[in-house]
Amino acid sequence: MKAIVNVSLKAGVLDSQGKAVHHALDSLHFSGVKDVRVGKQIVLQLSETDKEKAMKDVTQMCEDLLANTVIEDYEIELV
Amino acid sequence: MIVSILQFPGTNCEYDTQHAFEKLGAKTEIIWHKNETIPNDTDLLVVAGGFSYGDYLRSGAIAKFSPVMKAVKTFADNGGKVLGICNGFQVLTEAGLLPGALKRNDGLHFISKHHNLKVINNDNIFLEELNNGDVVNIPIAHHDGNYFIDPEGLKELEENNQILLKYTDENGEIKNPNGSVESIAGVCNKAKNVFGLMPHPERAMESILGSDDGIKMLQGFIKA
Repeated sequence: MKAIVNVSLKAGVLDSQGKAVHHALDSLHFSGVKDVRVGKQIVLQLSETDKEKAMKDVTQMCEDLLANTVIEDYEIELV
Repeated sequence: MIVSILQFPGTNCEYDTQHAFEKLGAKTEIIWHKNETIPNDTDLLVVAGGFSYGDYLRSGAIAKFSPVMKAVKTFADNGGKVLGICNGFQVLTEAGLLPGALKRNDGLHFISKHHNLKVINNDNIFLEELNNGDVVNIPIAHHDGNYFIDPEGLKELEENNQILLKYTDENGEIKNPNGSVESIAGVCNKAKNVFGLMPHPERAMESILGSDDGIKMLQGFIKA
């Protein structure tokens, strides 16, 4: 099983990289962009086959290491 | 006075820190991160600056799981004095020993220059040799120095006098180089035994090198 973890800055925490990308898009005349947020994706290959157990494990990984929950949110997708 | 200085793979300020504290008359020891203990007679534990684990994932995120960190937590929980400088500050916030987090600088650039800092609270062993409102000139060198804390956390810092230093100009007027909340450059924990700051007092020990204001700062620990 594969876990795809998306980590991004929380809403309300200024995303300076997103802002810079937004500026760059503006200067390339992509005018329809309202907001840009830059995050990171972490892909984990798991040996676990039970989805529920895998979700529990990966959630713990996010809380302990993969995200800093003071400033970041995370989303987990199992495929 | 025994100062133990932590060294992770990627730490690069341990010898500057050693030089600074020895200049002030302390005995120092560098502690490799694989050690599960720190010397019993440690009076001050310093988490030195650098780029532990290459800043992979987030600055300080991987260092917090090094074997030595359990001993650091126990030491801090028992009232031991801990100082985190730059990457050390990032490690201490990641480890939950200090509140808040350090984000990428707002301007996205690595900033390396001398900066003025104003003393906000001196009712702690670190800054007691200085007066509130004093301005010191200390180098900063960081990419992820943008201090973040949520509004409730900030209120708590203010109420407990946990804000140590703010970035200012030479007159003590706020001048924020990196986007930090309230221009905060350093904080301590509620019990006032764990301290963290992004600027490098250990690099401001010789006036011919630009500033010796670091002496006034680090002396607090020696006299404590």
